[in-house]
Parts: sequence; C-alpha cells; structure tokens
Amino acid sequence: MMKRLLYLKGVATLRLEQETCIGCGMCLTVCPQEVFVMAHGKKVRISEQDACMECGACMLNCPVGALWVQSGVGCAQAVFNTMLVTIQLKAGNEQKQPKP
Amino acid sequence: MAIAGQAFVVGVLETPVGTVPRVATVLAGRDRWGTLLVRLGFGRMRYTVEPGLYGVGAPNEDSPVLVTANYKLSFDHLRAALVGLDAWVLVLDTNGINVWCAAGKGAFGTAALCAQVAASRLAQLVRHRRLVVPQLGAPGIAAHAVKQQSGFAVVYGPVLARQLPEFLARGMQATPAMRRKTFLLAERAVLIPVELVIAGKWALLLALLLAGASGLFGPATFWENVREHGGWTLAGLGSGLLAGTVLTPLLLPMLPGRAFSLKGGVAGLLAALIFLAPFFSRSEGEGSALAALAWLLIISAVSSFFGMEFTGASTYTSLSGVKKEMRIAVPLQAAAGICGMLLLLWAKRVQ
Ligand code: SF4
Ligand code: SF4
Repeated sequence: MMKRLLYLKGVATLRLEQETCIGCGMCLTVCPQEVFVMAHGKKVRISEQDACMECGACMLNCPVGALWVQSGVGCAQAVFNTMLVTIQLKAGNEQKQPKP
Repeated sequence: MAIAGQAFVVGVLETPVGTVPRVATVLAGRDRWGTLLVRLGFGRMRYTVEPGLYGVGAPNEDSPVLVTANYKLSFDHLRAALVGLDAWVLVLDTNGINVWCAAGKGAFGTAALCAQVAASRLAQLVRHRRLVVPQLGAPGIAAHAVKQQSGFAVVYGPVLARQLPEFLARGMQATPAMRRKTFLLAERAVLIPVELVIAGKWALLLALLLAGASGLFGPATFWENVREHGGWTLAGLGSGLLAGTVLTPLLLPMLPGRAFSLKGGVAGLLAALIFLAPFFSRSEGEGSALAALAWLLIISAVSSFFGMEFTGASTYTSLSGVKKEMRIAVPLQAAAGICGMLLLLWAKRVQ
C-alpha cells in the first residue's frame, strides 16, 4: 500500500483522556484518518496524532466525553476569511470607541 | 408538490405515511451534464434537491434508511450506488452543501437529522430503528444524542457511497478500508478545475496590475511596453498558477515536505525552470540574469500561494496545521513576490 499522506508534525490539538474512555469503539468507527487503535480491547489510544485532521467527529460521537479537539475547517481560504472578519470586527470596535 | 416534480423522480410509492417519490438509480444525461458543470465550478451553490423522504427500488418496512445531504452531487452518488437495491433515502436540508462540509458547519447535524426523521414520520414507515449515516457526516452528528432524541440508532456507513451495497450485504459492517478517507490521484484530479477557475480570477487581476506596471515603468510608451512585456508577464504568472493549481495536486505525494506551501513552492521552481529555459539558452548580459531570478521568485511565490489554497480541497489537513503554515508561508510568499517584481523593474533599467 502507498505511504499515507501526513500533514504538519505536532500541531493537531487532539487530546484523549484515557481514564474516562469506556472502550466503546465509536471513535474508531468515525475517524476517517485511523488515528486510534484499541489497546487490550478495553480502552483506545492515539496511534497517529499527526494524521488527525481535526474534523471533530470523534469528540462529538464519544458518549463519555473522553476526547477533545479544536475542530474547524482546515483550509487556507477559511483562515483568510476568519482573519478578514477579525480585522473588520477590530476596526469596527475601534471606530465605536469614544474619542478621549 | 415540488419534491415529486424533480426530473429524477420516476414514480410514487404508497406507504403508511403517504406517497413517497421513487427515484431512478440510473443517472440520466442531464445528471452527468450537471456533474460536469459543477466540477468545473459553475452553479455549485444552487445544485440542490428537495429535502425529504425518497425511495429506490421497492422498499418496505424493513428496508434500510440511508441519510444524505441535499447537494445534488451527493444525492446522485448515493442513488447511483443503489442499483438493484430497495431502500429509503432521507435527504437533509444542508443548503446544497455536501455531507462533509455541511457536517463541519453543523447544517448536517443532530438537530437537522432528528427534525427530518420526525417530519418524514419514519417511525411509522419502518419497523427497525436504524439510520445509515455516511461516515463523513460524523463531524456533525452525535450518534448517542440522535438515539436519545429520535429513538433511532445511527449506523455509520462507508466513506464512499459506492461501497454501500457491500456494506449492506455484510449486515451493515464496514471493512477498515471503507472507513479510511483516501486522497488518490483521481480524487485529487477532479478537484483541479474548480481550483483553476477560482485561481484564474486572482491571476487575471495580478496580470493586469503587472502589465500596467511594466507599461508605466518600461523604456518605451505605455502600449509598446505592454505589448513587449505583457506576453512574458502572462506566461510567467500562468506558469505559477498552473504549477500551484495543477502540478501541486497531481504530484502531491511526490513533492517534498508536508506543508502545502512548500510543495507548491517546489512545483513552482520546477515550472520556473521550464519557463526560463529560453532565458538560459540565449542569456545575454546582467539584465536577463536579473530578470530570470525575478521570475524564479515570482513563479515560486504564486505557485506556493495556490498550492497552499489547495488545503481547502484536501482531505487530510487540519485547521491548526493550516494556521501554522500560513503564519510562516504568507509573509515569505509576499516577500518573494515583491522582491521578484522589484528585481524585474531593476532588470528593465539595466537592459
Ligand atoms: S478529529 Fe477527526 S481526524 Fe482527528 S482523531 Fe478525531 S475523528 Fe480522527
Ligand atoms: S468513543 Fe470515547 S469512550 Fe468510546 S472508545 Fe473512543 S474515546 Fe473511548
């Protein structure tokens, strides 16, 4: 099989609280990137953190809230748009500030 | 009702919850034409089907319920996969956005799903209590919450609609391969036209600016300058654009680095070397060497930028990663582009 494509190293915000995990396997099912593996059939562990694309599916579908990730659309255009909106908001706020 | 008036509806099914439109599983010429147009970037925002309940084949109270978005391309992929099967299709209103994007934005979500289940009176239609939701819809759906609110259990289907028949035949079990989102050559290639159309608009603007600049600052009159250098300018920008939007996606796994801006930059360097070949063959004087360096910078910067834009279409980039990449790449791209243009002007002076 072809080597899989990985994005930047060490940036994905995914966190697993292993004590909380009940091993239901839901995250294994929904993750499109095979980030998790089942360890000893009882709890999952993260096997490939760098493969996480922060889609948020695992967090939303974990019934006990053992997973957390800062999810969002990983695309340059979305980041540009967010930056523009932020800048506009900031500019708008500054205009609203009463002049001393 | 509008729902029945759509071209792909080929009949009606009488059910305990009223008549349900039956849809064709064979795509017609007009569906393929629509797909082609959408892939080329036309009318992507208006390519919808009416949300609601549909049937394929001769479904009964035990037939599976398959959930999808009301983007016509998603809907077409689904029904084309269901040839010879009997199933219900529940279409959620996602404003014509595909399952993955709509799930990320919450339109394909728990609330919308539960509302549609209730509105379509699924509980009276089928005896089982299962909904097959595409796995790529999972970023919007909390399976346990759907169960609580609607009484229906969510079963996540394969990533690709095409694998649904096998998934259903296996008793709704997915193989590991069905769960993985791939990004193969063909999958990348179909995304190129839309990227090209979007990028083309930007490039046109930039080309006009550059042509204007060369006209103003060149040695002869405005129009003579534009005629003399305009072609080069267009060709140079064009190669940067093609390197970023065509070469980068096609060569993605082969290009070095993990950051898309780096991959795009390298693709740009390759393109620049090809573009500059005539320069080297008849290199004369300081001016042309400067101009060559200038184009190397400009083409790489343009390609790097559009390569970075491809993170939007890719299937494995994360928001944190893109943010990090942009913090570093955007200033570099801007600097390379500006240096390139200044060098170009300087080269004109030297010549
Ligand atoms: S956020 Fe998405 S890609 Fe990352 S681990 Fe969770 S399901 Fe997998
Ligand atoms: S979904 Fe949550 S509880 Fe279930 S296996 Fe994954 S982390 Fe553990």
